[in-house]
Amino acid sequence: MLEMKNITKEFPGVRALDGVNFNVGDSEIHALVGANGAGKSTLMKVLAGVYNTFDGEILIDGRKIDISNPKQAKKEGIVIVYQEVDTALIPSLSVAENIMMDYMINDQQNTFMDWKYIKKRAKEEVEALDLDINVNKNVGELSLSEKQMVLIGRAVFLKAKYLILDEPTAPLSLEESKKLFEIVNKLQNQGMSIIFISHRLDEVFKICEKVSVLRNGQFIGSYDLKEMTIDKVVEKMLGRKLENSFPKIDCEVNGTIFEASNLSGKNGIDSVNLKVRAGEIVGLAGLVGAGKTELSKLLFGESKVTAGKIKLHDQEIYNNNTYQAVTNGLALVPEERHTEGVLVNESIETNLTLVNLDHYCRNSFMSRRKIKEASLKVIDNVGIKTPSEKQLVNNLSGGNQQKVSIGKWLLADYEVYIFDEPTKGIDVGSKAEIYKLIGEIVSNGKGVIYASSEFEEILGLTDRVYVMYDGKIVKELKTSETDEEELLFYSTGGGSSED
Amino acid sequence: MKTEEKNSIDLFNLLYKYGTIFVILATILFFSIFLDNFMKFSNIINIFRSVSIVGLISLAITMSLTVDGLDLSAAAIAGFAAVIAAKFMVIWELGTVPAIIVPILVGVIVGGVNAFFIIKMNISDLLATLSMMFLLTGISVTFQSGTAIYNYMPLPNNQGMAPGVLTDAYLFLGKGTIFRIPVPVIIMLIVALFVFVFLNHTKYGRFFYMIGSNQEAAKLSGIPVKKYKTIAYMMSGFIAAVAGLVLGARMGSGEVSAGDPYLMDSVAAAFIGFSVFGIGRPNALGTILGALLMGTLLNGLVMMNFPYYSQDIVKGIVLILALSLTYYKKKN
Repeated sequence: MLEMKNITKEFPGVRALDGVNFNVGDSEIHALVGANGAGKSTLMKVLAGVYNTFDGEILIDGRKIDISNPKQAKKEGIVIVYQEVDTALIPSLSVAENIMMDYMINDQQNTFMDWKYIKKRAKEEVEALDLDINVNKNVGELSLSEKQMVLIGRAVFLKAKYLILDEPTAPLSLEESKKLFEIVNKLQNQGMSIIFISHRLDEVFKICEKVSVLRNGQFIGSYDLKEMTIDKVVEKMLGRKLENSFPKIDCEVNGTIFEASNLSGKNGIDSVNLKVRAGEIVGLAGLVGAGKTELSKLLFGESKVTAGKIKLHDQEIYNNNTYQAVTNGLALVPEERHTEGVLVNESIETNLTLVNLDHYCRNSFMSRRKIKEASLKVIDNVGIKTPSEKQLVNNLSGGNQQKVSIGKWLLADYEVYIFDEPTKGIDVGSKAEIYKLIGEIVSNGKGVIYASSEFEEILGLTDRVYVMYDGKIVKELKTSETDEEELLFYSTGGGSSED
Repeated sequence: MKTEEKNSIDLFNLLYKYGTIFVILATILFFSIFLDNFMKFSNIINIFRSVSIVGLISLAITMSLTVDGLDLSAAAIAGFAAVIAAKFMVIWELGTVPAIIVPILVGVIVGGVNAFFIIKMNISDLLATLSMMFLLTGISVTFQSGTAIYNYMPLPNNQGMAPGVLTDAYLFLGKGTIFRIPVPVIIMLIVALFVFVFLNHTKYGRFFYMIGSNQEAAKLSGIPVKKYKTIAYMMSGFIAAVAGLVLGARMGSGEVSAGDPYLMDSVAAAFIGFSVFGIGRPNALGTILGALLMGTLLNGLVMMNFPYYSQDIVKGIVLILALSLTYYKKKN
């Protein structure tokens, strides 16, 4: 039994955790949920020894333990696997070395490497988890889910008693998530406790026994999942009843403004036909890896078109690069917010005025005043929570960063807005605000393409859906006439000819 | 769409893994068909001897590359080491032993100073060692009073001839042979073996790679990153100084600029080494093969009367091809 008692952690100006009590039983899969900024990550970092100071105490089986660095946490059997798996891996070394890393650094006495032992032990861990990974392979060549498995293998080797998985399924495909859950169950049966952080509540209900909810740094409670529903958990997270998170968008759908016919691209997109009408939200539904991101990028000139045409207002346009796409009136909010959507080390105003800086210049010199005015307007319009327009984007929460990523396209007129998984890793509250923003865009007579692997979103938000599978559009559906099951059917390859 | 792509990827992987080896073999095959003397023992020895200095300096650079650094001062350290050795023997008559030990110590210390600027002052590796290169050249030229140091050199101000000579034991490092194999080649192979064993079979070598590949993860796992980075630069300085001693002995003089021509070749050899066998990280075997590839190419081209002043074109092409393999792979 792991007990965290009265944990308080303050950062300059913020009380991130306020007297949190969090208990995890033996061989239990325990979900930790909360909106972004609720303190989940901070709490887990305290547990993993990332911070050397905090108030409160941590007990394992009633014994008070001291955790002020990662090494001590590991010694107590607490291991964390972060969402960004690459931060903990050594890409140019083998799987075996990555699994055995802690042994090599801390326990290996001999100067000379005992390769036989290292490979043998790593292989044992890999086999115990039923994985099909060659331990001699360099980690840099592995897929994301395999990398995650390597880290879990490392945790098992360390004889972890408490394994923290921080949003492990966010980047995984359905198939890969399933595999992860199998392994998590297996570890549970071997007596390991797993703390599972996730924004996907359906997963939480599928694999966890208990859930603890944090809100604004405070502990709301621990609940038996058998006695809860998704709605009730969301209510605890938000502190209020969840209204329908999808706004009612009443707007007239007019003629076609954007059209792609038989479009194929170098990035694997194959003969895609798609139309967007003014005032319409068109969904691109599909599982991870179906080609939604690729299609978005192809439309936006980020990959080479090998065949087919793109038309805007009945005129053929050529997007040979992203600059042309923007000039033609296309806007893209990319999937990778942090690396593609915003410049994290720049201020909010720099980010917002980035795409059409010309507007804020006088004779090629930037006008500070115009930039500030425009930025304040957007900050207000899209509801970015920040003390100042000069704030670095890196200091904002995920949801607010995404609003910056969207906001930069609102300062000028674009015809078609492409959103690629805009709500990935964002809390429920911010999600609703982003939906509202998208609603405003279409009510101005623009077209929106909304790519998502969350079918609930597709169903709640769009007018029409294209289902993607393996780089192709396999089905077009009217949103009002379809359901999650049908979307899943087509996006898993059901109904497609012989492929 | 899938099958076609897969084939091209497999072909690329093959190229990535064995491309460099293939180019080396093709080069050897080509020259041995068209040149009668190419595969003779004497010529092969010649190639090895010609790459021994480049090989040693590139091994020094390899050490810094493993920790994700780059020691551009290695060639200047080599030149300085040769000057110190020459001054100790020719001007100060201090004998062979100090003339070998002191330059090596200086090399290690310079490596430590490099590390200090990189770690404590937070200067990028490239710029810190570039500055060090200038600084060392200046110090060295001052130390040698502006001219090269050699046997029986006239001293300034009509003070007559230099009193000492480069000892035979020292010159043996550069000019001697053991069983017909030149000593520089033997020294290069010994150092290469040392680097190979260190990087692949000691835990410290693996720590170097961990630091070079993901410094943050290495740090959080409990590796004293600064300490090992410093050691890497000291080892680089050590090997560069050894290269300098061999160089000085081979030329029979001490001159700091003697090391300069080897810098770019050595950097190139170390980077070509990344791509050998698709290892994708700096390594001893790859570095030596990289040096040999360039040596072989140049040797063959010279024998075919390729103008020496155009050699850099060949070096440049080889380097850019090898880098393309490594970085294109990383991108995908």
